[in-house]
Amino acid sequence: MTNEAPLIEVKNLKKYFGEKGGLFQRNVSVVKAVDDVSFQIHRGETFGLVGESGSGKSTIGKSILRLQSITEGEVLFDGKDVHKLSNAEMRNLRPKIQFIFQDPYSSLNPRIRVGDAIGEALLDHGLCEKHEVASKVKEVLEICGLSEYHMNRYPHEFSGGQRQRIGIARAIILQPEFIVADEPVSALDVSIQAQIINLFSKLQRDRNITFLFISHDLSVVEHLCSRIGVLYLGTMMELGSREQLYSNPLHPYTKALLSAVPIPDPTLKRERIILKGDIPNPANPPSGCKFHTRCPFATERCKVEVPEFKEVESGRFVACHLV
Amino acid sequence: MESSAVTLEKNKKLPRSSSLWRQIARRFLQNKMSLIGLAFLIFIILFSFIGPFFSPYVNLGVDPTNINQSPSAQHWLGTDKLGRDVLTRLMLAGRISLLVGLGAMVMSVVIGGVLGIISGFYRGIVDQIIMRIADVLMTLPGLPLLFIMAAILSEWKVPTEYRIYIVMLMLSIVGWPGLARLVRSQILSLSERQFMQATEALGLRDTRKLFKHLLPNIIPLLIVSGTLSVGGAILSESTLSFFGLGVVPPDASWGNMITSANSLLDFQKRPWLWVPPGLAIFLTVISINLLGDGLRDAIDPNMRRR
Amino acid sequence: MGNTVLDVKNLLTQYYTNGGVIKAVDDVSFSIPKGQTVCLVGESGCGKSAVAMSIMGLIDGGSGGIKNGEILFEGKDLLKLKKHELRQLRGNDISMIFQEPMTSLNPVLTIGGQIMEPLMEHELISKKEAKKRALELIELVGIGRAEEIFNSYPHQLSGGMLQRIMIAIALACSPNLLIADEPTTALDVTIQAQILDLLRSLKEQRDMSMLLITHDLGVVAEVADYVIVMYAGKVIEEGPVVELFKNPKHPYTKGLLKAKPVINQRQEELYTIAGQVPNLATLTPSCYFSERCEQCMAICKEQMPKINDLDNGQRVACWLYEEVTTV
Repeated sequence: MTNEAPLIEVKNLKKYFGEKGGLFQRNVSVVKAVDDVSFQIHRGETFGLVGESGSGKSTIGKSILRLQSITEGEVLFDGKDVHKLSNAEMRNLRPKIQFIFQDPYSSLNPRIRVGDAIGEALLDHGLCEKHEVASKVKEVLEICGLSEYHMNRYPHEFSGGQRQRIGIARAIILQPEFIVADEPVSALDVSIQAQIINLFSKLQRDRNITFLFISHDLSVVEHLCSRIGVLYLGTMMELGSREQLYSNPLHPYTKALLSAVPIPDPTLKRERIILKGDIPNPANPPSGCKFHTRCPFATERCKVEVPEFKEVESGRFVACHLV
Repeated sequence: MESSAVTLEKNKKLPRSSSLWRQIARRFLQNKMSLIGLAFLIFIILFSFIGPFFSPYVNLGVDPTNINQSPSAQHWLGTDKLGRDVLTRLMLAGRISLLVGLGAMVMSVVIGGVLGIISGFYRGIVDQIIMRIADVLMTLPGLPLLFIMAAILSEWKVPTEYRIYIVMLMLSIVGWPGLARLVRSQILSLSERQFMQATEALGLRDTRKLFKHLLPNIIPLLIVSGTLSVGGAILSESTLSFFGLGVVPPDASWGNMITSANSLLDFQKRPWLWVPPGLAIFLTVISINLLGDGLRDAIDPNMRRR
Repeated sequence: MGNTVLDVKNLLTQYYTNGGVIKAVDDVSFSIPKGQTVCLVGESGCGKSAVAMSIMGLIDGGSGGIKNGEILFEGKDLLKLKKHELRQLRGNDISMIFQEPMTSLNPVLTIGGQIMEPLMEHELISKKEAKKRALELIELVGIGRAEEIFNSYPHQLSGGMLQRIMIAIALACSPNLLIADEPTTALDVTIQAQILDLLRSLKEQRDMSMLLITHDLGVVAEVADYVIVMYAGKVIEEGPVVELFKNPKHPYTKGLLKAKPVINQRQEELYTIAGQVPNLATLTPSCYFSERCEQCMAICKEQMPKINDLDNGQRVACWLYEEVTTV
């Protein structure tokens, strides 16, 4: 752990989506997509957020970049509260904080040539002269494993993997300090996924970018992230370093998640924890510990009392009564 | 399944994909039905705008000595009750009907497009106001509304030469709300697409989002629905004119030419008076619809592989 | 061959696309023994789903067709059956579950109604009897509250529940063969574990044969008895699951196994297979993997290798192993 101030600090972040109903459009049911989540991301590290659907991982990513408003809490980037900036200040901040989208098919405008799509933000922010754009585009295309050969083509002429490279090029051309990557490899085939994962490793090494890497795939997260937070129904269940989390998971949910991942080894016989039941509806989450309905170790206390998200060892947080 | 050209690295210097419009044109040209529609439209346009130059009867208006003649070598489609050549009138009427249709379309596309984009992009109170106005216009039944407007205009004794412009305006008042809604919903659905969220993440200016990202994705929709609305406008104009509320004599439109079918005698005995304008409307509208469908198929990105 | 449920021989399925006619399934042969689970693995566009669609006779005549081959189900060639005979078979002796449980169920009919449908259609039993069976099926796929589920509509259930319902519908008439096309891809990991567990136990209880189509080698390792790896419409390697994972032969299979990050086996750099899947419309006579293969030889660029038996029960289509067998 460094003593340096963290680059990103998320404090008690809450994001509620209201489902309006009734005659006067009052909020009838509230979905607590993100419910009081706090964590820090240090400079130069890759922080992973894992969780299943409804865990609120994407919502957190979008909230940090203010692509979405928040209900309560603070998101500090370099000490400044992102959600309190004026529109003009926010626009100036945008190039420093970038987003890489999940779906390589819909994240590129079908009517804009690839070179223009990558270079336009540079121009729009006045970050370079018009005649320099082409050479900068070429540079990032090559970093991302494409070439200038692809500049004048349209997105539909590219495969999924190539489009994801284009999305990454579009983000890094602005020389951001921080990138949120929201499931960037989950739409890709295994052989292509490996290429993109390695591209991320290369960016981590060469460009000193801080990443927030969001994924449901625990093996990908283990590969790329140094610290990881595990989310369940909008709440952080466990947070720790890669080694801590993967070799010695403390929270029953983390244990179950890890044991549910199929491992490509037919001879491996392991004790599997198969959780019963479904992920509850986020609009109607269980009382107490949100995981108690599926937890094999749940006690009466878990049903009524929300466990505190406490530090059990240095840099390691768990929200469970049993730990 | 991707274009193989992409995988073959560097065999020539910076290839430039043919523009999307050229690809659309190529797809359009493969569609036989829409080509037939286009061909007929070109024919009807030439017929209406060039045709009269070859007619000896253009400047001869009323000819009392020659009324209600059946088709003959001199008058291919006969003459009407004032002795005017029906073929020539059909051409002149075509000019007006096509102009009214086109004019009404352009006006509704401009009004509907602009208001729809504003509504969808800025949302909030502006959106509320525009959409409520559109709602009001859409809840009023179109045809009676047109009748009332036309009747008022008749009361005000608007000079006949201005009437066709007023008819265009009336039709576009009825036409824009539908288009504005269409454009707005398209903008809303585009805004949900990740590439529009990406423009937000990149911090692009509103002008760039509007003109570089949204507009190019809206234009195909405007072209298609604009084309299809020309047919509707021609039909409405014909209806109005048929009832003597749209384009009024001495100006000819296909609609007011069919008025002659109002009389039982003409209907039974002189089909050359109403069959040609009827057919002209029918075929023109069908051709426009074929053309519009063809354009939609050529443009619609859903038809393409992702 | 009384022990073989399905025998696919030299299947050739084509699709018509803008780019031309492509061979989605190109001369594919395999068989499924009774009570076994055979997995078809491959990346998108390799033709694994097209195999399933061909077996089920679900290829739309306008967009493609089966041009060659035989699909023998319990000795009958499905390609020669009449439409009504095929319909009798589908949902009765062969049934299928799809990737998207959400779109595979009709949103305006109750769950119960949809489970009863194939029962009443194929088994010709009374409504009352069908309801009893439907309730049993709901219990069988591991959902409690059968009565409540019976009367609910698809939108009231989660993806995992719906996939269980799809399995219940597929099992309604006790099929001899279940085809599952990416049954867990749309589901969360913890739910995937439940469904795989369910499929495994059902297979054992009922001695059912299964053709499982997936892109996930982890899933394959968990459920398969026998694995078939496809690439660009071709079978490039096949073998019993343990041998294939322990000792993959084809450079593509090896690459796939190495390219996948595995939990608790972290490496600094992942192995990657360079390039991407070839365009099926512009294939030339060669090994289709040659462009991306690290061990590519001159012959690989000129001729397609045939699939050959190796002595340990594996089969591979690769020139590297050609000298093993006497040609």
